[in-house]
Amino acid sequence: MFDNATTTDDHADTDPIAVTVWRGDSGGGTWQSFNVPRQPSQTVLDIVTWIQQEADPTLTYRFACRVGMCGSCAMMVNDEPRWTCRTHVGRVIRDGAIRIAPLRNLPVIKDLATDMDPFFDKWVKAEATHHASADRHDDFAAVLPDDTKRIEASAGIECINCAVCYAACDTVAGNPDYLGPAALQRAWTLYNDARDDAGDALLDAVSAQGGCHSCHSMGSCTHYCPNDLDPMGAIAGLKRATARRAFARGRG
Amino acid sequence: MLDFRLYMAQRLSALIMAPLVIGHLAVMIYAVQGGLSAGEILGRTRGSLFWALFYGGFVVAVSVHAAIGLRTIISEWTRLRGVMLNALAMVIFAVLLVMGGRAVLAVTMI
Repeated sequence: MFDNATTTDDHADTDPIAVTVWRGDSGGGTWQSFNVPRQPSQTVLDIVTWIQQEADPTLTYRFACRVGMCGSCAMMVNDEPRWTCRTHVGRVIRDGAIRIAPLRNLPVIKDLATDMDPFFDKWVKAEATHHASADRHDDFAAVLPDDTKRIEASAGIECINCAVCYAACDTVAGNPDYLGPAALQRAWTLYNDARDDAGDALLDAVSAQGGCHSCHSMGSCTHYCPNDLDPMGAIAGLKRATARRAFARGRG
Repeated sequence: MLDFRLYMAQRLSALIMAPLVIGHLAVMIYAVQGGLSAGEILGRTRGSLFWALFYGGFVVAVSVHAAIGLRTIISEWTRLRGVMLNALAMVIFAVLLVMGGRAVLAVTMI
């Protein structure tokens, strides 16, 4: 986790960084170059902020917490999806240059800010929303840390919806209907949560067109997740659960 | 639920293919090692219900498996969707089934 923080970039090179930034909107755009001063412990988000504050105030980008908690600042850095706030320059700079673009697989609003609506709409489509299993008159559901299903649920709850996995996924790129790793991982988390009552409705949702069975298990989601989560494993869990249900119905 | 049904059909056809592939490879190696001629091989396969079912089952499983896989690839690489996509997948299934079926009949019919 947070391996980006363990950079060896504290003694920064004094040469300016040749930064290429994608500028445009949903209608198209172009690359723009900036020379950004090198700083100790500089992050990619620091670069973008420097450009907006010192070179071009019209540059649009999104960030909030700056410490890897909010999931707002993900962008493509040298063609790979990353949290820019937790990515040190020394880790990604190549021949003194860095290329920054908006997240892949999402419509661009302007410059480096993407429209996250399709990403979150798919969370709802995957039934990755809370379905109450009890009301105020019931006892609290017992959440036992050692329970097998709870371990599966806990494995995915640190997702902060940054869409890095969604941008990394080649299946999303080829199939716009595909719900994507984040939504399916949340569905798997809820399926295993004693406090959620989605059950069959959730398995129906993830079995529909573009559901978990569209996943090719290429593993880019798990490879790029900045929180070291395993969406590919969660999707495999959904595939097993839906297959088991089909066999159980066949027997019944 | 079509995606799910196709997913299951592809996995089940893979389950059928796995032992048949191993059997096919074993038979090929055996035939080559033993120096069997084409005539000797045909002498064993013609009129054999076992080899007709073995390779007939193989052809059906391959046709199902490959048609579903190609349907997925075509849908991701092109804009083809819906009825046209399913029709193309059915054509691929039929071509593989007919070509494979003819080959099986040729070596198992008396």
